[in-house]
Amino acid sequence: MTQEYRVLLEHADKINPESAADYIQVGGYKGLEKAHSMNPRDLTDEVKKSGLRGRGGAGFNAGMKWSFVPQYPETKYVVCNFDEGEPGTYKDRIICQKNAQALLEGMAICGHAIGSNNGYIYCRGEYPFVVEMLKNAIGNAKESGALGEFNIEVRMGAGAYVCGEETALIESIEGHRGEPRFKPPFPGVEGLWRMPTVVNNVETFACLPYIMTNGADWFAGIGAKSYPGTKVLTLTGDIENPTYFEVPTDYLLRDVIYELGGGVKGGKKLKAVQVGGTSGAFIPPQNLDTPIDFDSMGAIGAALGSGAVFVMDESRDIVDIINRIAKFFEHESCGQCTPCREGTFRCKEIMERINTGRGSLKDIENLKVLARIMQKASLCGLGQAAPIPITSTLEHFEYEYLRKLV
Amino acid sequence: MDIKLTIDGKEIEVPQGTMLLEACRKAGADIPTFCYDPDLKLAGSCRMCVVQPKGWRNLVASCVTPAQNGMVIETESPDVVEARKVVLELMLARHKLTCHTCEKDGECNLQDYCYRYGVTESRFAGKVHNLFKDDSNPFIERDYDKCVMCTRCVRACEEITGARAINVMDRGHHAHIATAYDGNLEDSPCVFCGQCIMVCPVGALTSKIAAGQGKPAQNDKVLTTCTYCGTGCTLELNVKNDKIVGVTSNRDAEWSPVNRGALCVKGRFGWDFVNSPERLTTPLIKENGEFRPASWDEALDLAAEKIKGIKEKYGPDSLSMFSSARVTNEENYLAQKLMRAAIGSNNVDHCARL
Amino acid sequence: MTNSINELESDAKCVFLIGTNTTENHPVIGYKIRQNVVKNGAKLVVADPRKTELAEMADVYLPFKPGTDVALLNGMMNVIISEGLADREFIESRTEGYEAMAKVVANYPPEAAAEICGVDAADIIKAAHLYAESEASSLCYAMGITQHTTGTDNVKSCCNLALLTGNLGKPGTGVNPLRGQNNVQGACDMGALPVVFTAYQAVTNDEAREKFEKAWGVKLSGVNGLTLTKTINKAHEGEVKGLIVVGENPMVSDPDLHHVEEAFDKLDFLLVQDIFLTETARKADVVLPGVSFAEKDGTFSNTERRVQRVRKAISNIGDARQDWEILCELSTRLGYPMSYNSAEEIFEEIRTLTPSYAGMTYARLEGKGLPWPCPTEDHPGTPILHKEKFNRGLGLFHAIEYLEPAEVPDEEYPIILTTGRSLYHYHTGTMTRKAKGLDAYMSENVVQINTELAKVKNIVSGEVVRVTTRRGSIELKAEVIDGIRENVIFTYFHFAEAAANVLTNADVLDPVAGIPEYKVSAARLEKI
Ligand SMILES: Cc1cc2nc3c(=O)[nH]c(=O)nc-3n(C[C@H](O)[C@H](O)[C@H](O)COP(=O)(O)O)c2cc1C
Ligand code: SF4
Ligand code: SF4
Ligand code: SF4
Ligand code: SF4
Repeated sequence: MTQEYRVLLEHADKINPESAADYIQVGGYKGLEKAHSMNPRDLTDEVKKSGLRGRGGAGFNAGMKWSFVPQYPETKYVVCNFDEGEPGTYKDRIICQKNAQALLEGMAICGHAIGSNNGYIYCRGEYPFVVEMLKNAIGNAKESGALGEFNIEVRMGAGAYVCGEETALIESIEGHRGEPRFKPPFPGVEGLWRMPTVVNNVETFACLPYIMTNGADWFAGIGAKSYPGTKVLTLTGDIENPTYFEVPTDYLLRDVIYELGGGVKGGKKLKAVQVGGTSGAFIPPQNLDTPIDFDSMGAIGAALGSGAVFVMDESRDIVDIINRIAKFFEHESCGQCTPCREGTFRCKEIMERINTGRGSLKDIENLKVLARIMQKASLCGLGQAAPIPITSTLEHFEYEYLRKLV
Repeated sequence: MDIKLTIDGKEIEVPQGTMLLEACRKAGADIPTFCYDPDLKLAGSCRMCVVQPKGWRNLVASCVTPAQNGMVIETESPDVVEARKVVLELMLARHKLTCHTCEKDGECNLQDYCYRYGVTESRFAGKVHNLFKDDSNPFIERDYDKCVMCTRCVRACEEITGARAINVMDRGHHAHIATAYDGNLEDSPCVFCGQCIMVCPVGALTSKIAAGQGKPAQNDKVLTTCTYCGTGCTLELNVKNDKIVGVTSNRDAEWSPVNRGALCVKGRFGWDFVNSPERLTTPLIKENGEFRPASWDEALDLAAEKIKGIKEKYGPDSLSMFSSARVTNEENYLAQKLMRAAIGSNNVDHCARL
Repeated sequence: MTNSINELESDAKCVFLIGTNTTENHPVIGYKIRQNVVKNGAKLVVADPRKTELAEMADVYLPFKPGTDVALLNGMMNVIISEGLADREFIESRTEGYEAMAKVVANYPPEAAAEICGVDAADIIKAAHLYAESEASSLCYAMGITQHTTGTDNVKSCCNLALLTGNLGKPGTGVNPLRGQNNVQGACDMGALPVVFTAYQAVTNDEAREKFEKAWGVKLSGVNGLTLTKTINKAHEGEVKGLIVVGENPMVSDPDLHHVEEAFDKLDFLLVQDIFLTETARKADVVLPGVSFAEKDGTFSNTERRVQRVRKAISNIGDARQDWEILCELSTRLGYPMSYNSAEEIFEEIRTLTPSYAGMTYARLEGKGLPWPCPTEDHPGTPILHKEKFNRGLGLFHAIEYLEPAEVPDEEYPIILTTGRSLYHYHTGTMTRKAKGLDAYMSENVVQINTELAKVKNIVSGEVVRVTTRRGSIELKAEVIDGIRENVIFTYFHFAEAAANVLTNADVLDPVAGIPEYKVSAARLEKI
């Protein structure tokens, strides 16, 4: 099986994403209609049963997340995480540009499940043109009555990577410094303005209309059992075909690169693949026959993350790339907790030393210690994941480091 | 509802909602902290208080993690100890280590924990900040090259005093404490209450008035009541060699019932009049319009003789006394007793109305 | 205070501040009020001619004309009565005199009150609602209420408001004077007043006098004595010949300083006991060096009536002596021997004569102190007064008409001068001016002038201007600000070299309390 399997992107470029009418013509807003006919608890159970897991990186079961939202308070929020700050990732933008109405419908479905009419889309600061389009899509959907009582506001991000972390995102919407909160309390209990809030990724929301119209069992039957459905991937780096694809989740990484991607650019040899964005592990060629789903990736010490696939050919200098990644995290750390604030800075210092031929074995030793503690003791996912590129390359590509030492 | 958990092999029960930090302390474990402050909102950010819940992949910050039923916690496992050491080394790497001249020497959390975990130097030493710049205000020395970014000062400023003079500025490793536009305190809403000094776990914030006179850790501390306004705050006079060398405060409501350690600029920084060279040290008698020092007997005899003379000549009501709203109850009592019993007049008042 | 300080941090659902710049003058109380507003959403009403820090965050801010307090309070009560917001049950069961009060208050509909006070009627109405409708409202005031010729009326009006709404005797309520100096409360409790012994036992009351005569073994006068301001007037007239001053500085703190100086010059003998050679001590014939709070044991009673320990930290400086020892020595030489071994021994005597302190011992005061009344050794102290009943039984309403301040602006003196304290200094600056940080931070007096007035007068911040009243004139720097009424100027009284009290009025006093009108003088402002 080496074909794409398009669900979210089935009608890409065939309908006007701003137009609710276009979307309805191809079966849109049927899912919301069905959702409205169910009671919220059954709706949540249905989503749980579909096995839909978060597409923003953490892979948490969406229905489960909703079920933690308490019933009592009046005000609750549905927040769409469209920060998409991960370099090399643009799948959320593609979904919006091709099928914005599905996102809106998905949010409204979630709203019915948790009892909220207040939606927010937190959009990456670098996407002002998409914001325009989203606003039009919302306006059009509201006008057509398709969204019913459900309201959606769009908020622009401030361009900080950490604001993609759900609690930092919430702080940012509230107008504070984009710093993650400690958890618990989770947003489901205490989120936006300290009220219960569901935060899901664009792609997660966009799956919902299809689950509702075709049934939970249908969705659960696609792709990998433990992480069903399709996944939109974006290919970058040394690849013949640097574009996006939607594939079932049991698709092999090798096929992503060699079938859909058309292989390594210029027919060169593959050195490594980084999946999941900047904090993803570097996967050596011997691990290519792994399905892309969350758990299979986890089993080889990698993560599906946002679905970014970055391909590096044999000519790439791993240490130099890691040095750049270290700089990225040093720049993006919010500065709140000690391991990450100081750790990302010292990682960068050490990497610079090694990369410029001034490093020692002691530096590698220290890197390992630092990486271990950052992973174990940082406050949020950024600090916890920032060392993964380092640890994974020290595991699979240690010789690249050693040859640069003094 | 109480929950049961095991901490360092000891089973304990705590009420639902108790944070692990409190549970651990209850179980007798000594958990180090920088950013935790019982009177302030939780930050959970220094990561010094991490502990290991059995079966969890990561360590957790005990100050912000609620205890759960059946948890098995280790507070000094090898991972925990390594994490704390690394946190300390990361702090040391940016810290201006001048303990010998530091006001905080002897009661500095960074010192104490480095001692406890045998951290003598940092494996991660590298670039340092050089954030220090002179802030010309007369009360507070701010040396952020000693700051560990616990943000307790920021929270105390907002949550105790409500001044919101300082906040975190910039991000990542460049994050530091600053007033808006990174200026001097004098140009901010700062009211120089010194609550930030009170909560700072290290020597980044210290009193300029007390500087160099005695390290608070080595001073004797005498709990007393502020001499200024009618609020009646409790404060601690710092004493060294029979001299007042500073003011600190006690945050325990059992000892500081009104203010729980909070003070204002007068209470915290207005104590040095006690040492003023202008203090009167001997009785004075005026002769030909000039004062001359006198012995107590001479001065008291003269005063008594004059007062008696006036009383005999014009009667007791030709004498009057102003007592004081600044002296003690005992002294006010004796003052009015003197006026009433010894002189025989009710002409006694003080500046209650002024 | 009828209630305790910490109630302002949590229990009070509405705080009404009138004539108190709390964050400057009682900073720690100010913090608590602010936190209550920010954290618990307590409502805040501030009435003050100057836009204080707390006024900035108030739900209603009433920038009323100095001296129109009664009109403002009557206006609020008018609203409360006419809109049916009064606490009927409380009025019936706990008070008397309602009818007479209501009759007077009926003359102050909000529009009329607003006219007198120079504020919006709508704000008076809103303030009345906030205060009357909250579950627990605390009224706090300071010198802004008392330092007027109508000070006693002002205080009674505050009490009226609290009685009318049942805001007494419960947590978070009360009529709460914030007292300026650390031990004003104690000095009053201890009978350093011309009309009472300790615990407000009247000198004219035979029973009380007999009790003290027996305890002190001497015959006592039953004639009320002279207040501080009257003493000065009598000295001026030559009737008071000798004066003993213990730790006060009337040469800066009292109104109309030229008048004070003349009075002092006329004295036959002036004895001053102090820690510094103050402006007053310089006038003395004999000066006796006492000790500061750091050198003594004893107790202070704070504004919430909490008696707390003062503890000796260092030895006497130089040859200075404990103030109580000096008093004993002097008394003994006057033929009435007094002798104690310690402050504690004096306290033991105090409590035998002072019912409200009777249950206190140094051992009991050790940690948190005790708020009086504390009549017996097993009594926990009384943080909230008037819980079940008032001292006199029923709470008494007073019918109070608004009276104009003694001096109103005229052609010659067209502006109202008002005085007060700064966060950075204390009283006459005797201590704070010698604290190097405080003095460096604020080393000279300023007069605050509204931006508009400054424009008219062509005055800019920092320039030296002249302020003149009928009593005198001072020159000091101008500070041009927005947060003050246009025809009001404000200055501090901490600075001997530009002493505000050269300007203030000693001729007119509150008829009951004898408090001078520091808060209102007609003045002239000149560019020089
Ligand atoms: C540093 C950091 C950055 C993140 N950035 C994003 C992002 O850009 N978009 C996103 O959907 N989730 C991002 N996440 C994950 C979110 O915190 C959160 O898990 C997600 O929005 C939940 O939605 P989901 O369950 O639908 O995946 C990020 C997490 C971290 C720690
Ligand atoms: S891990 Fe990094 S980004 Fe996350 S809270 Fe800590 S410092 Fe901020
Ligand atoms: S002195 Fe007080 S007001 Fe100033 S920064 Fe420190 S805590 Fe804030
Ligand atoms: S100055 Fe002190 S209290 Fe403030 S963040 Fe730094 S270490 Fe913490
Ligand atoms: S510290 Fe400040 S607020 Fe407290 S009693 Fe002293 S002067 Fe008053």
